[in-house]
Amino acid sequence: MSLDRARARTEPPAPEAVAPRRGRGTELVLLIFAIGIATFAYVSVDLGALGRVPPNAMAYLGGLSAATAVAHIVIRIRAPYADPVILPIVVTLCGLGLAMIHRLDIADGTTRASTQLTWMAVGVTLFVCVLLFVRDHRVLSRLPYLAGLAGLLLLVLPLLPIIGHSIRGARIWINVGPMTFQPGEAAKIILIIAFAAYLVQTRDALALAGRRFLGVDLPRARDLGPILLVWLGALGILVVQNDLGPSVLLFGIFVLMIYVATERISWIILGLLLILAGGFAANAVVSHVAERIDFWMDPFIDPQGQVAQSLYGLAYGGLLGTGLGQGRPDLTPIAESDFIGSALGEELGLTGLIAIILLYALLASRGLRAGLLLRDPFGKLLAAGLAAGFFLQVFIVLGGVTRLIPLTGLTTPFLSLGGSSLVMNWVLVALLIRLSDAARRPAPPSSSSSLTDTAVTQVVRIR
Amino acid sequence: MSELTLTVIKLGFLAVLWLLILSVTSAMRADLFGVRPPKQPKPQREAREAARQNRQPRGAKGTPTRAFIVEGPDTGRSVALDGSPVTFGRGADCTVPLSDEYVSTQHARLRFHENQWYVEDLGSTNGTYVGNQRLTRSTPVTARSRFRLGKTVVELRK
Repeated sequence: MSLDRARARTEPPAPEAVAPRRGRGTELVLLIFAIGIATFAYVSVDLGALGRVPPNAMAYLGGLSAATAVAHIVIRIRAPYADPVILPIVVTLCGLGLAMIHRLDIADGTTRASTQLTWMAVGVTLFVCVLLFVRDHRVLSRLPYLAGLAGLLLLVLPLLPIIGHSIRGARIWINVGPMTFQPGEAAKIILIIAFAAYLVQTRDALALAGRRFLGVDLPRARDLGPILLVWLGALGILVVQNDLGPSVLLFGIFVLMIYVATERISWIILGLLLILAGGFAANAVVSHVAERIDFWMDPFIDPQGQVAQSLYGLAYGGLLGTGLGQGRPDLTPIAESDFIGSALGEELGLTGLIAIILLYALLASRGLRAGLLLRDPFGKLLAAGLAAGFFLQVFIVLGGVTRLIPLTGLTTPFLSLGGSSLVMNWVLVALLIRLSDAARRPAPPSSSSSLTDTAVTQVVRIR
Repeated sequence: MSELTLTVIKLGFLAVLWLLILSVTSAMRADLFGVRPPKQPKPQREAREAARQNRQPRGAKGTPTRAFIVEGPDTGRSVALDGSPVTFGRGADCTVPLSDEYVSTQHARLRFHENQWYVEDLGSTNGTYVGNQRLTRSTPVTARSRFRLGKTVVELRK
């Protein structure tokens, strides 16, 4: 949906007519609720699996509360008008992820949950840094091409000989000292910023030129350049790094953002055609992809495989789930990263999984809402891109886990085990908070009349 | 842990999870159903003009004495027509400043000439319409005629 038109339909609230509500109190109440749910999940995992209250429950509650409190206080100081529901949703998702990782720890005899909690602390630290240093989101639009280049560099970093590192066939890791990191997660955010800044400059050419064919406005051939470039880049990642997820995600985000910027459906059609073409080509050339498609068509060719076990787990969970700690999610190989969705679906059932998906949808809708309210085109596009990219990732990974679409390796934001993904998603949320703060902040009263004087008149489209 | 306790915990957790979703949705219900704008106090200038209007001799039959905004963000506001020109637009220096985003800074003008009110467009972006006709020149208007600028509709009344 086009931002400008949707805005016209939903009656933008006149800044002076509506008393501004900051909503920090609402946020605090919801945060306490969210921490309560996270602790409840953690305790009930132990009750279900071991029949006792975990000895470190208070420490867990304390760690989670401390991290949340820091984030909340920084929002109070640096983004007082930010959307009050974003942070509580994120904390709930993190809490559910931690509980499920803890549950898999009990089954496998490992201690990954505490590592994950540490990574969450790192994520909150970066969240605070973004809110402190990015005072106005418009500074991000200054260097679109440099940002694009930086994003591409981060993407190819794992291919370099010494620091590059390959885990389970996917060459998407780099070694930083003793740890490994996926630069692709950071590249995603930087590229969304670059796309937004680039599209603000070029969207008129992409939207207006071209001719009509079969009721669809076709773009000019020379305007196809960027979309083809990103398409080739995505295919390149696929072939060289042997990882399907990031390439699909990257291309999908770009197509969605072009659509938001130009409000022309032809870009979506074109994007889907290119994805199909790329998919067929990859299916023929890259063995990894052909294997994924085979597992999608018939997951039970390997009954011990991930997709088959995930489907068994979801079926075992049924409508209400087995209860936390009482299922067998550990039977799915590597359940803690890609398949945490099916692990949660098994223990919380369809009811719980729908709740989780709704939380993601609410988060994405808050991002889009910020985009609707924002007054500058870059902010609008950035908010829409972040929200759409975030939700597209959830769709791709949960669709793969539930066998709606072929499985692609992507993490479930905030739930999956993995530092890079968790940390970078906190950065993404910080940007959303910053954008929603700018969107909901009332215009300064002294200059409000001169603001409306000089503001550009919205043009009525007769179409 | 008995089976029953675990079942209660399981159902309790799902209930709490959905309760959170309900609280989040109710926290954002203002976006879904809109916020009721605070009642606007009657501007002083309007009262003054209303008093002035009473002194002024009535015009010929069909001559409007008031312009009401009947659609758009400023619905309910009105301005007295006492013979001096009335400008509509988003600029603060207009006689009737509007908050409609589709209205230009100086959008349209009502002008009194030889016992007849005329509406004219001031070169606005989206034009001024009487019915389906986009104004290109001064057009005479009488009581009960309407014209539209942006998303705002103005009706003239006696």
